[in-house]
Amino acid sequence: MTRPVLEMRGITKTFPGVRALSDVHLTVRPGEIHAVCGENGAGKSTLMKVLSGVHEHGSYEGEIHFEGESVAFKDIRASERHGIVIIHQELALVPYLSIAENIFLGNERATRGRIDWNGTLREANRLLKRVGLDEKPQTPVADLGVGKQQLVEIAKALSKEVKLLILDEPTAALNDEDSAKLLDLILELREQGIAAIVISHKLGEIRQIADAVTILRDGQSIETLTVRERPDVEPRLSEDRIIRGMVGRDLDHRFPERTRYDGEDAGTLALAVTGWTVRHPVDHQRKVVDDVSLTVRRGEIVGVSGLMGAGRTELAMSVFGRSYGQYVAGSVAVGGREVTTKTVPAAIDAGIAYVTEDRKQYGLNLIDTIHRNISLASLPGMRRGGVPGLVDEHHERSVAERYRASMNIKAPTVFEQVGRLSGGNQQKVVLSKWIHADPEVLILDEPTRGMTSRRAASTSGPSSRSTPSSTGSPRRARRCCSSPPNCRNCSGCATGSTPWPRAG
Amino acid sequence: MTTTTTPPKDAPEAPSAPRSAGALLIDMMRANMRQYGMLVALAFIVILFQIWTDGTLLLPSNVSNLIQQNGYILILAIGMMIVIIAGHIDLSVGSLVAFVGAMSAVMMVKHDMPWVLALVLSLLIGAVAGAWQGFFIAYVGIPSFIVTLAGMLLFRGLTQIVLEGQSLSPFPDGFQNIAKGFIPEMGPYTQYHNPTLVIGAVTVAFLLFREGRHRKRQLAYDLDVTPTGLWVAKCVAMTAAVVAFTLTLASFHGVPVVLLIMCGLLIGLGYVMRNAVIGRHVYALGGNKAAAKLSGVKDKRVTFLIFVNMGVLAALAGCVYAARLNAGTPQAGLNFELEAIAASFIGGASMSGGVGTVLGAVIGGLVLGVLNNGMSLVNIGTDYQQVIKGLVLLAAVGFDVWNKRKAGR
Repeated sequence: MTRPVLEMRGITKTFPGVRALSDVHLTVRPGEIHAVCGENGAGKSTLMKVLSGVHEHGSYEGEIHFEGESVAFKDIRASERHGIVIIHQELALVPYLSIAENIFLGNERATRGRIDWNGTLREANRLLKRVGLDEKPQTPVADLGVGKQQLVEIAKALSKEVKLLILDEPTAALNDEDSAKLLDLILELREQGIAAIVISHKLGEIRQIADAVTILRDGQSIETLTVRERPDVEPRLSEDRIIRGMVGRDLDHRFPERTRYDGEDAGTLALAVTGWTVRHPVDHQRKVVDDVSLTVRRGEIVGVSGLMGAGRTELAMSVFGRSYGQYVAGSVAVGGREVTTKTVPAAIDAGIAYVTEDRKQYGLNLIDTIHRNISLASLPGMRRGGVPGLVDEHHERSVAERYRASMNIKAPTVFEQVGRLSGGNQQKVVLSKWIHADPEVLILDEPTRGMTSRRAASTSGPSSRSTPSSTGSPRRARRCCSSPPNCRNCSGCATGSTPWPRAG
Repeated sequence: MTTTTTPPKDAPEAPSAPRSAGALLIDMMRANMRQYGMLVALAFIVILFQIWTDGTLLLPSNVSNLIQQNGYILILAIGMMIVIIAGHIDLSVGSLVAFVGAMSAVMMVKHDMPWVLALVLSLLIGAVAGAWQGFFIAYVGIPSFIVTLAGMLLFRGLTQIVLEGQSLSPFPDGFQNIAKGFIPEMGPYTQYHNPTLVIGAVTVAFLLFREGRHRKRQLAYDLDVTPTGLWVAKCVAMTAAVVAFTLTLASFHGVPVVLLIMCGLLIGLGYVMRNAVIGRHVYALGGNKAAAKLSGVKDKRVTFLIFVNMGVLAALAGCVYAARLNAGTPQAGLNFELEAIAASFIGGASMSGGVGTVLGAVIGGLVLGVLNNGMSLVNIGTDYQQVIKGLVLLAAVGFDVWNKRKAGR
């Protein structure tokens, strides 16, 4: 057996309040494509940040050996000097600079401070050929599609004499054709002796290109499986086997007990979306949501699942006050009555609430307090002395105190800045906000993203009303939903009454 | 391989047991560090110049003068604070001050319009100017920096067109009184200005009543309250401050009209920002626009109204300034936008929006005003005054940034 190119041993990384990684091991052999799998919040990104020096040496425990020697990176440049380059999920290119300028950004080819433009362009051309991108190096990056931008990122990595390339969800934003091209390129680079770590949710892709896969779960490395013995043979490992590793066997008690809603109106129609069609906000040719229909009955939790880019968030956001894309067709009925959801206030009035996927960007005012965040969506209802337009602060504060107790939001007072809370507690604040808005239907978009399973269980507790819940994790969809319609890429969707076995 | 993972431990949380008065006080101070810090700084500056000027600074005549000198900047700062909380900026207010002053001069001096009507029309002009800018910012989506930079040029140009490059004067007495007048004396001779004493007494009564009611309601809702001792101390300090201020004013000509206007704005807009839905929406927009929109905040309408409000306040400041100069001049209001912006930042606004209070803007404005007045009294030249004001702005915001970084750890 050859000596590994990378060995990470016993990596433990704690953030205030959370142990993100505990005793994680990862071994990558030379010229290997090594996949890292795990659910959201399993610690994949944190592990890569440790490896690339984003989390500096000393902020974690454990050791890293690269090419046989022990290394301690104090920043990302230090890891790049050793030939470890990470390409993040959100591309880090400057849109208005040219391809060539982007490739050599921070690493400019210059003599005594003066940029050598001829050398830059010549070298950029060579790199572009190597990644198979047929563009002029002077082209601004903004003019390229996402797939081509991804190739520019790889060219940039190659310019740094990369030995180990880390790709974080490289195909998440790509269409099938661009994905295939990118995967081919990764395979080609392997033949040139460049090892790669690929983080991906797409298990099919992992089987297609990876040699080995390491599975993380709740911050621990569970196992490392061999996908194939030699690069040229068919993979042995099944997707089911990987999922089993990611999920673990002991599923019991990881989710709250299901209780049945026994109100008088149980089973009556809560939400009906019919023929919902939305175009992409910029690319009007593309239908992001195409003729989607779904129904949710009172007391039901309906899961909406699908891969990244399937249109889950787009569906939810466009239903909620047309906050996404360009509306084409479709109707929404709440409680059997057709309602208008043209604007967010109208949607809220109609009894719809939407908990966003990205709570920091779209869900919370991080610099404000807990109580003001909770009240934001229901301020008109907190009238002071019955005067419309005025807010009764005391009422507002006591409402917040109530939710702090019932949701178990861990904070000394409701005047705490939301930005200082942990992710799980922040999510509880968002949930409190929408529960207090007293909706008929609560739409939860990836409500457990970035949280460990235990926290997820405690936050999914109170949502026992009708709740369509969009999630990327089929397991969670299965555990808390009565019937999951599926979103497939960019279009279509089944109606909400697929029979689904009760999870037990 | 049936590993049972140990759940991650929660961070140690602060105990929710009742805490000591000291700890509560520190918490309260920390939450409003910049404002309390600035209040302390204001007190420090006042004492410094009081000593340096051998007591001239706090002479009744100078206090009145100080208020009348800074009234228009404070009015602008109040509006500017709201604009900045919402995450915008308004560079046009100085020019708008000049334009509205010019229009009021044209109306009153050239056309002999009654001054009350002219004042109302002037405020209306301000509202229209604000609506013009608010439209482009809120509904067209042009950044406020650009729109108001254009407004800065536009209104300055219009001022010169309207005035044909000349100054127009004089204004009727009634109009001049807005800036120079005091509320009239009534009743028997008492050495003091009687209505001022009454206003002071009413203010004290109102403040105490409000504090008491606030506390009672907090108790009724079963919320944590400030400990009794601390609360009494706060009430005593507040009363003492109001009484001292009242006696100072009452031993000169009484309450200046400008002060009345300013207090009205401070109380009214302060209340709106704290207790009205629209005020909350302004904070939410500045703190996180996307989240606010997804929570049902009508972002465009709120933004539009903020600029209409700023326009009206700029018009008011324009009238006050014109009345003080007793002329409409093309050069009025130069650099006023910068003074107002500086006052807001000294008073606790943040470049990225979402924080600040109307009271903070007034405190920030007073810091600048006392500096101006005090430095003039001790004969520091305007050249050095600018240098010092620049350093104060830098120090105030620098202190806040440093304080936040320390707290973030």
